[in-house]
Amino acid sequence: MTRVNFRDLLYPAVFGLGLLLLWQMVVKGFGVPAVLLPAPTDIGAKIVTSLPTLGVDFVQTVIRAVIPGWLIGSVSGFLVAIACDRVPFLRRGLLPLGNLVAALPIVGVAPILVMWFGFDWHSKAAMVVVMTFFPMLINAVAGLQASGHLERDLMRSYGASWWTTLLKLRLPAAMPFVFNALKINSTLAMIGAIVAEFFGTPIVGMGFRISTEVGRLGLDMVWAEIAMAAITGSVFYGLLVFLERQVTFWHPSYAK
Amino acid sequence: MTEAAAIKAQAEGHAIPVAIICAVIVVIWYLACIPMNWVITAPKIEAAGGGPYNVLAISWNEQRPVIPAPHQIIVELWNSIFMVAPWKVKSLIYHCWVTASSTLLGFVLGALLGIGLAIAIVHSKILSKSLMPWIIASQTIPILAIAPMVIVVLGSIGFTGLVPKSLISMYLCFFPVTIGMVKGLMSPETMQLDLMRTYNAGVSQVLWKLRFPASVPFLFASLKVAVAIALTGAIVGELPTGAVAGIGARLLNGSYYGQTVQIWAALFAASAVAAGLVWFVGFAERLTLKQMGARP
Repeated sequence: MTRVNFRDLLYPAVFGLGLLLLWQMVVKGFGVPAVLLPAPTDIGAKIVTSLPTLGVDFVQTVIRAVIPGWLIGSVSGFLVAIACDRVPFLRRGLLPLGNLVAALPIVGVAPILVMWFGFDWHSKAAMVVVMTFFPMLINAVAGLQASGHLERDLMRSYGASWWTTLLKLRLPAAMPFVFNALKINSTLAMIGAIVAEFFGTPIVGMGFRISTEVGRLGLDMVWAEIAMAAITGSVFYGLLVFLERQVTFWHPSYAK
Repeated sequence: MTEAAAIKAQAEGHAIPVAIICAVIVVIWYLACIPMNWVITAPKIEAAGGGPYNVLAISWNEQRPVIPAPHQIIVELWNSIFMVAPWKVKSLIYHCWVTASSTLLGFVLGALLGIGLAIAIVHSKILSKSLMPWIIASQTIPILAIAPMVIVVLGSIGFTGLVPKSLISMYLCFFPVTIGMVKGLMSPETMQLDLMRTYNAGVSQVLWKLRFPASVPFLFASLKVAVAIALTGAIVGELPTGAVAGIGARLLNGSYYGQTVQIWAALFAASAVAAGLVWFVGFAERLTLKQMGARP
């Protein structure tokens, strides 16, 4: 394991604190009205006073929509990638379509999904599934081809079956790609769930809170939700990076 | 190439499998129309006397279906593209243009910002250490999710129309460009950099004559990603503007009034715009690489 260099943490921390200070000074110094940009201290105060609301929104958006959707989308993308790998016809037919769809503005499907699955969290989870499926499919297919010819030939000389080769060689070799997709998906999942809430939702959820508080010009609450979304996203991402290090410790990018 | 080899190459190509899978999707789509629209169509089918003909005819031609049949979308596309003047609000071309123009503005701004940041990061160790984590952290903020707020806030201080939407696109765009360009600008090998040093080349000469040309393939790869998300940004940016114009407005309008066919048509139009933009960047890439003397 590489140890985290103290300086690698210090520079960005100083930069970030400086940014917050500058923000605070500009807002207070020039008297920027709170409807445009609240000061960091005001946002912090709002977070503390409205923790219950934030908690309820967090459960509705993250626990009910983001995490199940992310899991279902990523797992099904991964399974379809394995199917594509097994059946070359599928790979040649499905992969160009997958590449095309990955470039499309998938958030546009949100109103349709809200219509199909109703206003509650089901439609948001479905949105997350749709958004996370294709990045995983593409990356996993690329990853399954990442093992070298030499290693594959070695497996063949061992008389290993397709499944053994898959489990012992090709899946481990695909893991860096899979984690890449999981990381991309962690951000996409948050976006998908929140944007889907703009198209109709019960009166709870981060996207709902953002859009109604914008309407009421309660920008400190909006920023509180943003801060929570950013923290959730970063923790999510950080966990994935940690897991990736544990699983793909052999990868050259972690060499000292 | 012999004829047999040509046939074999074709069979191994993508065209036939893609066509078959597309056909399967269309068939499944048509079949799915029957059960999915059943909630709406069941009473009508009963009124018409039932029978397989009525089931199909009514399921596939419902005015406000849960899922429209593909031909309904094609008809809607035809009507809103070719049957209306392109500058009218009812024309899809008009909405596509509104979205595409703010996408392009945001894309250009984002690409310039991304390239600028990358050049700064490559040349300064402190910047690279302090800026890079924040550039990555900036992407964990679901900007698309707060796009409506940005639009409303910018609108309240007098920025309306094209610029706020472009800013959303820009924010989304710069990240892949920065990451790709940092990689690209770092891609020249030590030997090449040493050669430049023996020529006594200055920093800007190294940048323009070695680092920049070396980064072109990375740049275009990132630009393709960037232009696709710039379009997404522009569409989401249009959601809160009171549904005036643009593909996003069209989606929101359709979802308010239950115009399913209109939503699907807007989605298809958005897909066409996305494919067009990505193709255009690819075209520019081929031209540039040709000019630089790359062999096809």
